[in-house]
Amino acid sequence: MPGQKEKKKREKNIFWQLFITFAKVGVMTFGGGYAMIPILEREVVDNRHWATGEELMDYYAVGQCTPGVIAVNTATFIGYKQAGNWGGITATAGVIFPSLVIILIIASALTAFADNPYVKNAFAGIRVCVCVLVFNAVIRLWKNAVQDRIQLAMFLAVFLLSVFLDLSPVLFVLCSAALGILVRQWKERPAK
Amino acid sequence: MIYLRLFWEFFKTGLFAVGGGMATIPFLYDISDKTGWFTHTQLADMIAVGESTPGPIGVNMATYVGFTTAGIPGGIIATLGIVTPSVIIILIIARMLKQFRQNRYVDAAFYGLRPCSVALIAAAGVLVLKVSLLNIDLYAATKAIGDLFRWKCIALAAALLAATWLVPKIKKLHPIFLILASAAVGILFSFAGV
Repeated sequence: MPGQKEKKKREKNIFWQLFITFAKVGVMTFGGGYAMIPILEREVVDNRHWATGEELMDYYAVGQCTPGVIAVNTATFIGYKQAGNWGGITATAGVIFPSLVIILIIASALTAFADNPYVKNAFAGIRVCVCVLVFNAVIRLWKNAVQDRIQLAMFLAVFLLSVFLDLSPVLFVLCSAALGILVRQWKERPAK
Repeated sequence: MIYLRLFWEFFKTGLFAVGGGMATIPFLYDISDKTGWFTHTQLADMIAVGESTPGPIGVNMATYVGFTTAGIPGGIIATLGIVTPSVIIILIIARMLKQFRQNRYVDAAFYGLRPCSVALIAAAGVLVLKVSLLNIDLYAATKAIGDLFRWKCIALAAALLAATWLVPKIKKLHPIFLILASAAVGILFSFAGV
């Protein structure tokens, strides 16, 4: 039965396609996060027709508000939709593969040259830039994250406690989620 | 068994870091404090490399930290650790996407998680500031307040802040260009003093 054979071939191919497509997305995503959206749109929506633009935004939104790396979350979603659990896992393998190869090469090279005076001076300058980049990221995220007095109080509490005390970030995450639910419940309590 | 520990630490990071790449950084500082596998200074360098190479920042950081801790297998294991919780959680949510997005408890939890996530990143920023703009070792040795500050670095930070906020073209520029420019300034003015 040639029809059966065709179908099997196609099924085998989908995993390969998922891996290659997401490896491409991984290589072309430079800086993570929002940089990924236009590339995903071109590869997943326009070229492969695996999702509509709207579905993609849904996946991305959920990927942002679930734990973990957003790119991995989005890849898992699309892979799952195309080929079930193994599709999700294959797409994730694709998106992390270029990072693994590139970082392992760079890390080995930098470790070998760590004592070179040029490398040392360069990184002393780069660390200043990282400081500014983190600061700018905080300002950017602030607009969405701190919108009322309660959220401002939570920001200050978590910031001060984590600067001055040696507590695990896991603790802050769990308490903030619980507090978020409590505050909402209290705000939406039925009026007497 | 360092590989098992590495997997576990990154599994936790993947499970609790909400809000993408930068959100993993406070967890990495926590790992540094608890295990001593790498220093705060090394971590600041790794953030720079993670931001200026292709791929998601969270994955890049996991690979780099894992490699620094336990070589190539370490890099692979840390990366698997950080993605495993994501894959499991998303495969569960994908089955009930609509209910998840409209669930009021999920929404309420994120009302609290968003300020927490930004605050943790800001606190990690303070640690980056300590290794980049201050010279705490020198200050401890000389007790002279002028020795506490790395003046050349502070000047560069002020210049970068002004450039990214006042010049719209620079604001839109990819971070890698700012990182490369800072590296050049660091070499020209021998920021590390060597």
